[in-house]
Amino acid sequence: MGQITLNQITKSFGDVQVIPPLDLQIDDGEFVVFVGPSGCGKSTLLRLIAGLEDVSSGDITIDGKNATEVPPAKRGLAMVFQSYALYPHMSVRKNIAFPLRMAGIDKAAQDAKVAAAAKVLNLTDYLDRRPGQLSGGQRQRVAIGRAIVREPAAFLFDEPLSNLDAALRVNMRLEISELHQSLKTTMIYVTHDQVEAMTMADKIVVLQAGRIEQVGSPLELYHTPRNKFVAGFIGSPKMNFLTGSFADEFDAATIGVRPEHLTVSQSDGKWVGKVGVSEHLGSDTFLYVDMDGVDEPITVRSSGEIGFRHGDIVHLTPAPDKIHRFDNQDLRIA
Amino acid sequence: MATQHSRAAARLMISPAVLLLLGWMIIPLSMTLYFSFLRYNLLIPGMEEWAGWTNYEFFLTDPAFFAALKNTLLLVGGVLLITIIGGVLLALLLDQPFWGQGIVRILVIAPFFVMPTVSALVWKNMFMNPVNGLFAYFAKFLGLEPFDFLSHAPLFSIILIVAWQWLPFATLILLTALQSLDSEQLEAAEMDGANFLNRFVFIMVPHLARSITVVILIQTIFLLSVFAEILVTTNGGPGYASTNLTYLIYAQSLLQFDVGGGSAGGVVAIILANIVAIFLMRMIGKNLEA
Repeated sequence: MGQITLNQITKSFGDVQVIPPLDLQIDDGEFVVFVGPSGCGKSTLLRLIAGLEDVSSGDITIDGKNATEVPPAKRGLAMVFQSYALYPHMSVRKNIAFPLRMAGIDKAAQDAKVAAAAKVLNLTDYLDRRPGQLSGGQRQRVAIGRAIVREPAAFLFDEPLSNLDAALRVNMRLEISELHQSLKTTMIYVTHDQVEAMTMADKIVVLQAGRIEQVGSPLELYHTPRNKFVAGFIGSPKMNFLTGSFADEFDAATIGVRPEHLTVSQSDGKWVGKVGVSEHLGSDTFLYVDMDGVDEPITVRSSGEIGFRHGDIVHLTPAPDKIHRFDNQDLRIA
Repeated sequence: MATQHSRAAARLMISPAVLLLLGWMIIPLSMTLYFSFLRYNLLIPGMEEWAGWTNYEFFLTDPAFFAALKNTLLLVGGVLLITIIGGVLLALLLDQPFWGQGIVRILVIAPFFVMPTVSALVWKNMFMNPVNGLFAYFAKFLGLEPFDFLSHAPLFSIILIVAWQWLPFATLILLTALQSLDSEQLEAAEMDGANFLNRFVFIMVPHLARSITVVILIQTIFLLSVFAEILVTTNGGPGYASTNLTYLIYAQSLLQFDVGGGSAGGVVAIILANIVAIFLMRMIGKNLEA
């Protein structure tokens, strides 16, 4: 079980309210990702759920029981920290066994659980090493192992992959997703990387300045962002926004078109612009096109073989059913 | 070629400093060694003669030597115990956020800046004096007999005075070590179900181990040679109750005018200090590695 409900919770540090009243329902077995720019309150929200920070008002319910005043250790949640927070003077074995030791479980049961966790995480050969002798990915797995052995109601991850290099990050992303498939335990995952959010989540919670902007499945957020902020935050490269006469044509204050929904042509199209930088990734090419009346260059994603150069005049055409319209409050027009 | 030349030049350049430092150490050491083999009394000048091992024999069989040895070890051990336990507790306290933290931290180091003679005299006259001292005043206030610290518990009183001086040093080093502890580690332990005592034992103490080692090493070096506090309070007495090795050597050479015997004691003290140093390095040196 791992059902978590936040009811009207707020958090203030001194006079600054970092989380205005907020409601959120997390169902059992869900993989929920909190995503947002730096300083949006996503880590604070996670720490409130963990109990490492006290809520200023509102209640937190875990599995139907009010957990607002329950100390962190008693909430049945396990957390994986950004710095991994391994105990440097203990071996991997002792690190993983630490929560069991604190719970007063006998030695034989501890060993069995540690061995099982180590097997799942491929750490069996490293059990007698110190954290200092491990690579970043291995440390990450030890931190996850320490969380697994407690058999928590939910796992909390605080930007766990941000200290790893790009290749390892993709690997660990898969491993965590697989772990979720096999354990079926609720996981709450904080990240600022929308790619991690899109690839791992059952449900994404987009936060800005402590407010929830939208909650939904990855594709829901991609196809029907509730407002301009979510539209710009989800999707890579970012959505292009056009205002003024471009938007008037569609009865909107702003229109948004994703780079992958623009077709580029040498001869004819809806809008005209001049190619600035083009990035060739092999599979794709990103063109940054400067258009008159638009401040920022328009990003276009096209096939890898496209042969435009700096300064070429190109014509762009958006896919008509993929244009997102926003009113003057930046809200989506259905 | 160029490197060889510059290396030679470098050696030439640093040689005056090296020679000066070497001489600074070698000359007094060899003079002490030389004197320790002479029958050299300041009361009968000009009568120095070769004495062989007699000075050593007298010094090492003197009952005062064993008393002084025991006192030295008790003094070092007692002060280390008080400063490290007290230092860890004070550091834990000062690490908590409270109003006026900055000023309190500065005040805490203050005793370290007071010179030993002054602090020992303040303790002797203002606190421990059986007639005018604060402790006597409190004892009388509670209706008790004032306790004459310096005559009835001389070594303990000196341990107290010296510990008071060294407590800030230990506190400061341990406080900085405590502040360098990653707060996420403590939070992780908290989530893992560790209460404060467990967090202290399993996370903080291992983290502090290296700093405690440094405190022990540095303090031992200085505590082996405590002198001023004894001179101004008890003069090593009553009897030999508060005489340590340093004070015994002083008494031998300058109170009994026996420079030869004092020098022999000095050489013995050097050897003993090195034995202590070897033991210390063996016991806790491994904490400083890695």
